[in-house]
Amino acid sequence: MDQDSISPARAAETPQETPAAQAVPAIDVLNVSKLFGEGQSAVRALDDVSVAIGENAFFTLLGPSGCGKTTLLRLIAGFDHPSAGQILLRGEDISELPPNQRSVNTVFQSYALFPHMTVRQNIGFGPKMLGWDKARIDRTVTDMLALVRMEALADRRTDQISGGQQQRVALARALAPRPKVLLLDEPLSALDYKLRKEMQTELKRLQHETGITFIFVTHDQEEALTMSDRIAVMSAGRILQIGSPREIYLHPRERFVADFIGDTNFLAAEVIEAGGGMARLRLAGGGEAEATVPEGVAATGRVTASVRPEQARLVAPGQGALTGRVAGRVYFGTDTLVTLRLADDSAFTLRVQNSLTDGEPPGEGAEAGIALAPGALQVLRD
Amino acid sequence: MARAFEVRRQRGFVTVAILCFIALYAPMVTLVAYSFNAGSSLALWEGFSLRWYGAAWENEAVQEATIRSVVVAVSASVLATAIATMAALGTTRVPHYRGLTAVYALINQPLMVPEIVTGVALLVVFAIVKEATGYHGLFYLIAAHTAFCIPFAYLPIRARLQGMDSRLEAAAADLYASPWAAFRHVTLPLMFPGIIAGAMLAFVISLDDVVITEFVKSAGQDTLPTYMLGQLRRVVTPEINAISTVLLAISVAIVSIFFLVTRKRT
Ligand SMILES: Nc1ncnc2c1ncn2[C@@H]1O[C@H](COP(=O)(O)OP(=O)(O)OP(=O)(O)O)[C@@H](O)[C@H]1O
Ligand SMILES: [Mg+2]
Repeated sequence: MDQDSISPARAAETPQETPAAQAVPAIDVLNVSKLFGEGQSAVRALDDVSVAIGENAFFTLLGPSGCGKTTLLRLIAGFDHPSAGQILLRGEDISELPPNQRSVNTVFQSYALFPHMTVRQNIGFGPKMLGWDKARIDRTVTDMLALVRMEALADRRTDQISGGQQQRVALARALAPRPKVLLLDEPLSALDYKLRKEMQTELKRLQHETGITFIFVTHDQEEALTMSDRIAVMSAGRILQIGSPREIYLHPRERFVADFIGDTNFLAAEVIEAGGGMARLRLAGGGEAEATVPEGVAATGRVTASVRPEQARLVAPGQGALTGRVAGRVYFGTDTLVTLRLADDSAFTLRVQNSLTDGEPPGEGAEAGIALAPGALQVLRD
Repeated sequence: MARAFEVRRQRGFVTVAILCFIALYAPMVTLVAYSFNAGSSLALWEGFSLRWYGAAWENEAVQEATIRSVVVAVSASVLATAIATMAALGTTRVPHYRGLTAVYALINQPLMVPEIVTGVALLVVFAIVKEATGYHGLFYLIAAHTAFCIPFAYLPIRARLQGMDSRLEAAAADLYASPWAAFRHVTLPLMFPGIIAGAMLAFVISLDDVVITEFVKSAGQDTLPTYMLGQLRRVVTPEINAISTVLLAISVAIVSIFFLVTRKRT
């Protein structure tokens, strides 16, 4: 089950050799670095990145602009080669192979459809280059047209179809040669909101139906959470954390990850005692609380802890781990965001689900207690 | 309310424009008109006739010069286009390298060097080569025409390649096309209109060259334009007008096709 990991934690994450853990990953990136330029002005676009991506997975690279997502994808596709390290495709070193000798296909952000060919010819290009016989090519193209629901437009030129349709053709073209891995570099960023939502569902379906490993790049955390089996969060050329959307959201290991994904409250704290993956914290905002300590995070002295707004509840003053004074409320329909000011003057936001029976949350200036859901408070690596 | 400056609204603009068009086209209209003159004067109209077209058609010197012109223009434009295609690929489909600008300038050198200088230079060099080899054939003319046609063929091809998304070639490689297959199935078909345009431009330029041909040709190697120039020094009849009119028609036709081919599809 757990085939994805970053190098320092790899041993820790796979304690016993389960059969799944022994299986060869679809893509294995081993200590890859990529430098652009030379000497003083060199840019380290990737810095000792290691990640194993399992078969039949929807894997997402998530990170802010310039963190190296495209660079990593280009190395896997073969448009560029690593400065150091290796990339394995089903256990075979492909680091130095040109793109046309790797069973990896790319869906380009700009689609890059061939303008002098019809939709059908575009989809058939890969199989044709692979030297498949004509009957097999025709069958594949027909299947692909059906898969992306483009049968009706098969003989149009690609500049005579809409952006969403071009997107589908680009997908079909990349899937037609049945690659071992499909790379998608922000394929949805050029689409409008509604089409984007539609294509998100479509992509999930395609991954599911084809069983091909998808490596998907985005800087949209919501997109990453809703679509992925696993997510790698990147920053400044490094992978900070790899995990399921739930793990990444609920148990971010680092401040950057917690901050980049969703809304969160950061609490300054001091460790009273720690052990067994747990720690007792004295919160700067007042009160004490039990927190989880992720693998590889040192829980000593002053630390930062985080808790999601929906993992805290308003309770009567004096109860709960923290006490604060309501500084503002914002009504969102399904829920209300309540901001409280704590004893150390820091802000704490919680999300209160609106219901007909519970009445409104306390108004501005009122004193309130904050109860934290068990296991919701988490010590971060700075 | 202040209106933006618009040259069309300035007083006298229309008059000046009309005068310019008259200056441009009146001589040509006259030339074409007198090619149909029944008399043998270039200035005195004596009625409509096709006699000078017939005369030119039957004139053996004209026939010979025409064939030579076409042979030289076809050979030179094919060679120049082949070289220009490679040059265009080498200056657009590669990562930026030091000296790229210099290469670009070198390719376009014939556009900047006065034709007469090129003519004299070739005369001198070819004289040495002729002396050494004893060969006096048409090759020198073809070589010279190829040289000055290269930039004319190069510019439309380069423009076409620059307007082409290089990610298309990356996509082809990604879809298992070898470098050669990617070139043959993607780059070449997409640059083809540029190649056709370049070849046609080169053909027209070669067809009407006088200066360089005058310097390079051996005895008895007149092309149509140099033959006409030679005739002008002797008896001038509307036969010259007739030949000019045909040349004009061919050039206009080719340049029109050139614009049709290079026009962006909307
Ligand atoms: N060819 C190149 N030459 C020099 N530097 C480069 C090159 N390609 C990328 N970089 C640098 O490497 C870093 C990572 O770039 P990359 O394109 O991988 O980022 P990204 O995560 O895809 O960002 P975005 O979300 O904006 O697409 C950036 O600092 C970028 O400037
Ligand atoms: Mg990118």
